[in-house]
Amino acid sequence: MSDLHAHSARYVRDSMLPPEAPPALESGAIKWLRENLFSGLLNSILTVLGLLTIAYLLKLALPWFLHGVWNANSLGECRQVIAANWGEGAHGACWAMIRERWNQFLFGFYPSSEYWRPILALLLLFLALAPVLFDEMSKKLMGAVAVVGVLVLWLSAYNGQWLPVGILVIIAGVTAFVGSRGRHWPQNLMWFSLVFPALAFWLLWGGTIWLPVMVMAGFIVGGIALRIATPMIGLMPALAFAVLAAFFWWYFAAGPATDALAAMSGRNQPFWLRRVNSDEFGGFVLAFTIGLSGIAISLPMGIVLALGRQSDMLLVKALCVGFIEFIRGVPLITLLFTASLLLNYFLPPGTNFDIILRVIIMVTLFSAAYIAEVIRGGLAALPRGQYEAADALGLDYWKAQRLIVMPQALKISIPGIVSSFIGLFKDTTLVVFVALLDPLKGITDAVRASIQWKGIYWEPYIFVGAIFFIICFSMSRYSMFLENKLKREHR
Amino acid sequence: MALVADTPKESFRLGMLIYDTRYRSITIQIIVMVLFLLGLWWLLDNLFSNLATRGKDLSFSFLWNRAGYDINQTLIPYTNDDTHFRAMLVGLVNTILVAVLGCVAATVIGVMVGVLRLSKNWLVSKLMTVYVEMFRNVPVLLWILVAFAVFTEITPAPRDFKVTDEMVAAGVEPAASMVLFDSVAITNRGTFIPKALYERSLGEVIIGFLPISLNTIAVLAVLIGSAMGYRAIKRHATAVQEATGIRPKTWWKSLLTLVGPIVALLFALGFHLEIPTLGGFNFSGGTLVSNSLMALWLGLTLYTAAFIAEIVRAGIMAISKGQTEASYALGLRPGRTMSLVVLPQALRVIIPPLISQYLNLTKNSSLAIAVSYMDLRGTLGGITLNQTGRELESMLLLMLIYLALSLMISSAMNVYNNAVKLKER
Repeated sequence: MSDLHAHSARYVRDSMLPPEAPPALESGAIKWLRENLFSGLLNSILTVLGLLTIAYLLKLALPWFLHGVWNANSLGECRQVIAANWGEGAHGACWAMIRERWNQFLFGFYPSSEYWRPILALLLLFLALAPVLFDEMSKKLMGAVAVVGVLVLWLSAYNGQWLPVGILVIIAGVTAFVGSRGRHWPQNLMWFSLVFPALAFWLLWGGTIWLPVMVMAGFIVGGIALRIATPMIGLMPALAFAVLAAFFWWYFAAGPATDALAAMSGRNQPFWLRRVNSDEFGGFVLAFTIGLSGIAISLPMGIVLALGRQSDMLLVKALCVGFIEFIRGVPLITLLFTASLLLNYFLPPGTNFDIILRVIIMVTLFSAAYIAEVIRGGLAALPRGQYEAADALGLDYWKAQRLIVMPQALKISIPGIVSSFIGLFKDTTLVVFVALLDPLKGITDAVRASIQWKGIYWEPYIFVGAIFFIICFSMSRYSMFLENKLKREHR
Repeated sequence: MALVADTPKESFRLGMLIYDTRYRSITIQIIVMVLFLLGLWWLLDNLFSNLATRGKDLSFSFLWNRAGYDINQTLIPYTNDDTHFRAMLVGLVNTILVAVLGCVAATVIGVMVGVLRLSKNWLVSKLMTVYVEMFRNVPVLLWILVAFAVFTEITPAPRDFKVTDEMVAAGVEPAASMVLFDSVAITNRGTFIPKALYERSLGEVIIGFLPISLNTIAVLAVLIGSAMGYRAIKRHATAVQEATGIRPKTWWKSLLTLVGPIVALLFALGFHLEIPTLGGFNFSGGTLVSNSLMALWLGLTLYTAAFIAEIVRAGIMAISKGQTEASYALGLRPGRTMSLVVLPQALRVIIPPLISQYLNLTKNSSLAIAVSYMDLRGTLGGITLNQTGRELESMLLLMLIYLALSLMISSAMNVYNNAVKLKER
């Protein structure tokens, strides 16, 4: 057969040809360029314009960056170095200012012997955040906590302070105890998350330890009252009783008890830290203090306001709507001015409380109103059936909110909530207008007021801007990560 | 004998106030009311006792006292002999000025950036991403300060614009030159822009306290009339199209309606621009826009535009691809697809967040304090407050005005939003 076929077909291919390379215009870098940069006349023009913009910006800024000087003691010295290295008339950045004023940007006028305290507070913050942000055991988390522990030890050794180690030992001990009672890692650290605000307050402002301890004791008093009263009079009245008990504790007992204990313990290290006044705060310590407290308080407050706004009770709803719309209608600056100028009018004569605390309250109220609106959006996006299903299961209002509604509504509103947080953190720069030293304008002006750095403009802005960018950008990326992680429906 | 027992009569027990859902909400509301009133009473009681100890009263009569300070940038006539009330109005007008300028510019830039970020062009979309992320993640105060530093530190001094005979002879270019056909001079003392002048005036009317030129009113009236005429032409064209199937050519009619009357009016009034000119050490003629206004405007615009770009991008992306494909299948060209199918739907997604960005911009304009632009907060909440020592009244008024401004913007935009909203059921 094959012979027969052989003479009829002149040529039979017995092997495959290797595939031709695609045309040069349709492959590799050229194809990518054609598709992505020069796919049409308009795109080509845009590309050229973009390239020109980049070139212009680089020409403007690159030499300035490259000529940067890191070692100098004043702007004049910087200019001399630049002139010596790059010729007369060359421009250059003077990063030496950041080197020299690094501590001021970070700590403001915080006493330098006490720098370890804000650092310790920041390190402990990571411990306190662990059980809030993560609920599953993981090796990575263990590693991170170990790193924090090592850093605390290093801080202790470096500053010759044994307090950080002491705190760490206490944390480890109590956590191990809670762990042995059946709570699992990292949830057995939750107690520390609750204690952390008081501890951070003590570390940052100093003074006697008994003040935060007694304030915390108020919560314990309330808890005990609740525990005792609930079987006797039922939950709701017991709750009111507990609130009253805590209130009486704070109003009548906490002050004298603090004074008595402080007099007994004296001004010794574990019970007393050097007091730091609010006007010594500044730089990123201030921004973090205000930003983080604002974030921590405004979220629960925003949830409550959002629920109040959705409520059937007319009065509650009216109050919440009025509050939210008022706060959202005025600029933050006016609220800050109110805090600094007017608050004394509304408090009993003679009271004068801390300016940072006042600012925190105002920033928190401001942010809470925005978060309430974001969460309201999340609540509205939830299908009606979810509420009805919760009712059908016989859940009461709070259980339905806690188990059914809020987990879904909060998940929907994560991007909005995080962008509110980012906005809050950015807004901490506005405290400069009530005479606090924020890193952006307060510290920069202070630096520029000194004779060595008079006339330095761009470097501090770039430095502070870069730090803000890093923090806010990572926050927004974390929210995207969280959004993806919590996404349940597959689309 | 069957005894029909009545259902046991429900007696009211105290516990029902808490445990019966019929009464609970009333109980809670009463408690909230009492607490709220107690709190309010406490605050007001403190307020009045504090006012009494300081020997102050609550009165707004200080508004009619002589202000005695100068304002560098005013749109309405003002001298330091005018009252604090007048100064407050100047500040309010300045706030509105920067808010309007900022909203317009931010919308233009934001829409452009948002659309370009969706472009298939890799370079352009990456550039726009960098712009958006850079401006969104840094405090607006920084951008205002940077813009101010640019205007005061980098821009040339007026004397750099000087062209002397020696320079002409030696063929040396001056250190700086004016932009936009030699009509705008950006200097470190402020930006000089051309001023619109009329040779013939129709006179002035005084509305309340503001003298308003009749020329401006005439121009506005003609513009509005033209726009209405244009709409009438379009409506007529649509009616003809629906009746006959052929859309009449209207472009020359539209052009004539839009351009003709205003040109004729401006010509009749003798409209001309006064170009700033360099005389001696500074520019004269034209209008001086202070650096603080320029910096505030630029900073707010660039910052808000980044947010608007994200909103626009999200809005366009929210329209499913099927809509575009369907309109292509109907035979619509890409331009008409965009204007008739995609944009009307995207606008519904875009407008609500856009409103809140406008509100944010207006409220952020109070950062004028950083560059000493005399806005509402600078006049009423700044110098007036410090001079008169009336913190309470000034801040109250300040907050109320901002609140009114915000509510006005949001209600105006809500009306628009309702107009374009999807009408369902």
